Amino acid sequence: MRDITEQQLKRLIEAAIFVSEKPLSQENIKQTLLADYKVTKIRIITAIESLQCDYQNRGIQLIKVASGYRFQAVSELSEDLAALFKERAPRYSRALLETLSLIAYKQPITRGEIEQIRGVAVSSSIMKTLSEKDWIKIVGHKEVPGKPAIYITTNEFLDYFSLSVLSDLPQLRPLTSNEKLTT
Amino acid sequence: MNEEMLNKDQPKEMVQQVLPLAMIRGEALIEQPKDLFIPPYALAIILEQFEGPLDLLLYLIRKQKFDIIDLPIAPITEQYMVYVELMKNVKLELAAEYLVMAAILAEIKSRLLLPKQVLEESEQDPRAELIRRLQEYEVIKYAAIELDKIPRIERDSHLTEVALANNFIPRTAITDIDITDLMRAFNEVMKRTAAFEHHHIQREVLSTRERMAMVLTKLTEASKYQPFIEFSRLFNANEGKSGVVVTFLAILELIKASLIECIQANVYGQLHVKLKEACQ
Repeated sequence: MRDITEQQLKRLIEAAIFVSEKPLSQENIKQTLLADYKVTKIRIITAIESLQCDYQNRGIQLIKVASGYRFQAVSELSEDLAALFKERAPRYSRALLETLSLIAYKQPITRGEIEQIRGVAVSSSIMKTLSEKDWIKIVGHKEVPGKPAIYITTNEFLDYFSLSVLSDLPQLRPLTSNEKLTT
Repeated sequence: MNEEMLNKDQPKEMVQQVLPLAMIRGEALIEQPKDLFIPPYALAIILEQFEGPLDLLLYLIRKQKFDIIDLPIAPITEQYMVYVELMKNVKLELAAEYLVMAAILAEIKSRLLLPKQVLEESEQDPRAELIRRLQEYEVIKYAAIELDKIPRIERDSHLTEVALANNFIPRTAITDIDITDLMRAFNEVMKRTAAFEHHHIQREVLSTRERMAMVLTKLTEASKYQPFIEFSRLFNANEGKSGVVVTFLAILELIKASLIECIQANVYGQLHVKLKEACQ
């Protein structure tokens, strides 16, 4: 077990989060990156917090999402940064968004239950897209005729929307009688 | 102030009294002709953007500024049928769901037309189920719109991409690991992650749902090593009373949904939880 100074620890964690393709969790950092070092959980957290401070007022920030920490551009710059990316971000159909919302808010849920609420059949291509994006996964099969798959959302789904827990989602609310829905 | 409001209201009322082009059960329909005069090609586009019969019904209700609660079956059914007829005319692939809804509406309408018998206590408003479904769907429809607004990768957040230095050499991992090591490591991770779970007990619906998903995930992952896990392992004492209660509620919900089952080998023995057979 090697020793590491606070400064070295900060540098190492900073580089690790930058080069990692996926967000890095504190546990992940401790068990892989720092497996050979003598560090406590508190030191890692302190280093991360110190990094977050360093990046204040910069173009990028260190944020925490469901599967861990990642660097991303600050949101104020998004509009200007969009000029860099020629390809437009995919737009998702209402059908897909409604299906995804149902899985996010009513999980664990079966396809039949989704169809029951939406009043239409859920197209296979939507479920395929959601699975391929790793936003949803099957956790089991319901003990009813046909043994339908039970779906839940994944950490990748939360990561994609920069959320760290499901309860960060906007709260469900019933609409007041004459509220207009803009679609 | 009062007078001004009266003056504002009056011409509107007069217009409404003068202009109705159809009367259905004493109610004036003013907007309906607009739907009828939509050229077929435009109509196909309008119809295709509905996400199903519930969506179409909601549109009709909202457009007429009706309240869902007092869903006026007669005018809504008339209008709904107009749309269904038009769907046939423009040879749009008429999904079965639309016809099912037409049947439901017709059924409710016919039941409302029947002379009112002495209402038995158990007898509900025939519209109640449809109203419940419309409200349930509308909540999700709204949630989807909100979800679309959340900043997301690709569209709103831009992630960093940093290259590794030239002299970087990947380290190959040692793969010779004992199964017991794996189990120990897995247990460790379980303990650690549990300590970092977040709790928003105030949002009861969501957190129970989330916990249900977590319990299922836990059981699914654990089932790779053993068919069941100890009841107490599903709880994390560090979460305090409320965390434990949410987990317990989640377990009860899952048992009710027959997704998991609880087993006790002997009297006063340790409780074990396992996924139902079909879940494995």
